Amino acid sequence: MSEGNHEGVHRHPAPTGFIRKYIFSLDHKVIGIQYIVLALAAVLVGMIMSLLMRLNLSWPGTSWPILGTLFPGGAPNGVMNPEFYLSLVTMHGTIMVFFVLTTAPQGGFGNYFLPIQIGAEDMAFPLLNMLSFWVTFVGFIVILSAIFLSGAESTVGPIGGWTGYAPLSALGAIAGPGQGMGMNLWIISIAIFCVGSLLGALNFITTLLNMRTKGMSLMRMPLTCWAWFTTAVLALLSFPVLLGGGILLLLDRLAGTSFFIPGGLYVSGVLSGTNPNFPLHTGGSPVVWQHLFWFFGHPEVYIAILPGMGATSHILATFARKPVFGYRAMVFAIFAIGLLGFFVWGHHMFISGMSPYSAIAFSVLTLSIGVPSAVKTFNWLGTLWGGRIRFTTAMLFALGFVSLFVAGGISGLILGQSSLDLAMHDTYIVTGHFHLVMGVASIFGMFSALYFWFPKMFGRFLNESIGKFHFWITFIGVYAIFIPMHIMGIVGMPRRYSQFTEYEFLKGLHPLVVFVSVAAIITILVQFVFYFNVIWSVFKGAKAPDNPWEATTLEWNTSTPPPHDNFAGVLPVVYHGPYEFAVPGAPNDYVMQTDSGVEVTSGNGHNGHRH
Amino acid sequence: MATMVTGTKPVTKKGTGSSTFPGPNGNGKRRNGDEFLEPDYRANRYRIGMWVALASIAMMFTALSSAYIVRAGGAPDWVSIAMPRVLLLSTALILISSITMEVSRRNLKSSSFSGYGRWLLVTMLLGIGFLVSQLVAWRQLARQGVYVATNPHSSFFYLLTAAHAVHLIGGLLALIFLWIRSRLVKQVAVSPRRQATADAVTIYWHFMDALWIYLFLLLFLWR
Repeated sequence: MSEGNHEGVHRHPAPTGFIRKYIFSLDHKVIGIQYIVLALAAVLVGMIMSLLMRLNLSWPGTSWPILGTLFPGGAPNGVMNPEFYLSLVTMHGTIMVFFVLTTAPQGGFGNYFLPIQIGAEDMAFPLLNMLSFWVTFVGFIVILSAIFLSGAESTVGPIGGWTGYAPLSALGAIAGPGQGMGMNLWIISIAIFCVGSLLGALNFITTLLNMRTKGMSLMRMPLTCWAWFTTAVLALLSFPVLLGGGILLLLDRLAGTSFFIPGGLYVSGVLSGTNPNFPLHTGGSPVVWQHLFWFFGHPEVYIAILPGMGATSHILATFARKPVFGYRAMVFAIFAIGLLGFFVWGHHMFISGMSPYSAIAFSVLTLSIGVPSAVKTFNWLGTLWGGRIRFTTAMLFALGFVSLFVAGGISGLILGQSSLDLAMHDTYIVTGHFHLVMGVASIFGMFSALYFWFPKMFGRFLNESIGKFHFWITFIGVYAIFIPMHIMGIVGMPRRYSQFTEYEFLKGLHPLVVFVSVAAIITILVQFVFYFNVIWSVFKGAKAPDNPWEATTLEWNTSTPPPHDNFAGVLPVVYHGPYEFAVPGAPNDYVMQTDSGVEVTSGNGHNGHRH
Repeated sequence: MATMVTGTKPVTKKGTGSSTFPGPNGNGKRRNGDEFLEPDYRANRYRIGMWVALASIAMMFTALSSAYIVRAGGAPDWVSIAMPRVLLLSTALILISSITMEVSRRNLKSSSFSGYGRWLLVTMLLGIGFLVSQLVAWRQLARQGVYVATNPHSSFFYLLTAAHAVHLIGGLLALIFLWIRSRLVKQVAVSPRRQATADAVTIYWHFMDALWIYLFLLLFLWR
C-alpha cells in the first residue's frame, strides 16, 4: 500500500483467489456475510438446544433414543438427567447471546452496511476487521468443543447458566458435572469472544469518526449508523470488564487464588483445603463476580437490541414513505439508552444482598430507561402515522420489532422495581421478559434487516410469499411461547428447573407448559422454511435492481451487489439527510442523499443543518 | 398524497453550486473547496483508533482495580506483601523510556530520521529493561515464598503486573515494527501516515507509563 492514499483509486485491488476473496478476506462486505453465516449456524445450535429443553419440560421422563445415542452419559436411555438440562440452559444462553445477538446485528449487518452508508470504501482497519471475525470464529469453535469435551462429564457444557455465577463457576470439577473442562472452555471462549468484539468495536468507532464522505455530517447519518456506533461504544467499554472478570475467574479455577471463592466452603462432601481437588480458599467475594459480570451484562443486552432499533427506524421510514419522526430525538434516545445502560446493572442483583438504598438508586435509574425507550416507540408510531405503508416482509418484521419491544419492555417496568423483583426474581416472568425484549425483538430486527438488505447483498430478493408466511407464524408463535411464561412466573414457577411435575402448586400449569412447547416446536419448524428461503434465494431468487425499495441512503446509490470498493472508485457526495421521503414537488416521492439538484427547505427531512 | 405529520415547506429548485450544500464534510474540517481527502486526515485514523483502544484498556484495568479495592476492603485474610525494591528501578526505567519515546517522535516530526531510529532503539532497550526488572521482582517474591495464590494481595500483584507487562510487550512489538520500517523504507520528508503511526505508538507508550505508575501506587499505597 502506498503511503498517503488518494481517493478515486482502489486502495487494495479486488483479490482474485478463492481464499483471499471469501475466507481471509479484508473486504468488510465479505466479513459481514461471514458474521451472518456464523450467526445462522450458531442460532441453529441454540435453537435445537431450546427445543430439547422444551421437550424435557413438557414431557419429562420420555425417552428420546437419539439423545441416548449421542449423549449416553447425559441422557441414559434417552431420558435427560437434570444436569444435562442445566447444561443445555447454559449453552443455549451463551451461544444465543454472544454468537447470535452480538455477532449478526453488529458484526454482520453493521460490518456490511456501516461503511457503505457513510460513503467509505472500507473499514478504517481492514486487517483488524478480518482478525475480529476469525477471533470470534475461534471463540465459537471453543464453545462448540465444550459440548463434546464435557461429554465425559455427561453434560454439553457447564451447568451454571450464561451468567456463570461464582462460586459454582470458580471451583472446578468438584462443583458438579460440566464444571471441569466444560467451564474452562466456556471462560476461554468468552475471553476470546471479548477480544474479537473489542477489535470490531475499535474499527467501527474509528471508521465512523474518520471515514465519512463529503457532506456526510453526523446528523445526516442514517439512524442505523448511530445505532451501530453506540453499540460499538457500549461493546468497547463493557467487554473489557467481562474480560477482566473472566481472567480472575480462570485464575480462581486454575491458579488457586481466591478472588470469588469465600472461605469454609463445603462442596460435594469435601471441605475446602482438605482435598487436593479442592485447595484451600479464603475470603473471596462471589458478589464481585456478579458486579463485574452485570456491569458487562446489562450493556450487552443493549448491544443486542440497539442495532435492531436502528434497522427498524430505517425500514419503517422507507416503507411508510415518510421521514423518521424526530430524527434528533431518535439519536439522543439511542445515546440515552446506551448511557443509562451502564448505571443499572444492580437490578440483576436485587436478591444478592444489596443495601436497600442502592436498590432504590438502581430501580430509579432502571425505570428511567423507559423514557428514551418511549421516545423511540412514539417516534416509530409518529413515523407510521399517515404514511402510505408498503407491507413488504421487511416492513412486517420491523413492525413486529416495535410490537415485541413494547410487549417485552412493559414487564421490565415490573422487574425493575426492587420490591416486585424480590418476588419475581428467577421465575419464568424474567425468562419471558428478556426473551421478548432482547431475544426475539432483536432477532426480528435482524430478520427485517435481512429481508431489506438481501437484494443489495446478493442481487436477488428473498421470496416475499415465503417471507410473509415466515413472519406471521413466527410472530404469533413467539407471543404464544413467551406471554404464557409471564403467567407462569407470576404463579411462581422458577427458572432453570429441569421439570416441575413434583411440585404440587405448579401441577395446574402443566397444560400451559405443553402449550408453550407446542408453540415452540411449530415456530422452530418455520425457521427451517426461512433457512430454505435464504439458501434458495441466493441462487434462484428474483433479480433485484440497484434501488428496489426506492430508498434514499448511500447503499442504494451503488450497484447491486456493491463493487469491491463500494462505489467503483468515485466516493459519493451527500447533499441531504437520510430520510427525505414524501418530499412535495420532488420528481419522485423520495430524494436520494446524493441528489444535488433538489434543495429541501426542511422541517421535513432533517438534512442535519438548520439555517 | 399522504397526510404529513411533520410540516413541509415548498421545495425550491436550486443549482448545484450552493455554498451551503453539501455543507460540512464528514470529518468537519474542510467546508470549502473540492480538495477532499488530505492525506493527514486519512492518517488520523491511527490516532483515533489508538485513543479508542486505550479507552477499552483503561476499562479493563478499572474493572480489575475495583475488584482489588473491594477485596482489600472486606476480607480478614488480606496480607500485604512487602514491596520489592527493584520496582523503583522499573518505575525509573519506564519514566525515562517515556521521555526517550517523546524525543524520538519529535525527531520524526522534524524529519530527522536518524535521531528517530536511534531514540526508538533506546526506548526499546529501556522497555526491555523494565520487563527484566519486573521479572526480577517476581523472582524475589517467589524466593520469599510469595506466589500467586499465597494471599489476595500477591494474587493481585502478579495479575496486575502480568497484565501490564503483556500490554507493554505489545508496545515493544510496535516499536520494533516502527524501527524496522524506519530502516527499510527511507523517506525524504516524513509522510503523514508514518507520523500518525509513530504518534499512535507514542500515545500508547505514555499510557503504559501512566498505567504502571497508577498500578504501582494502587498496589503499594492501597493495601
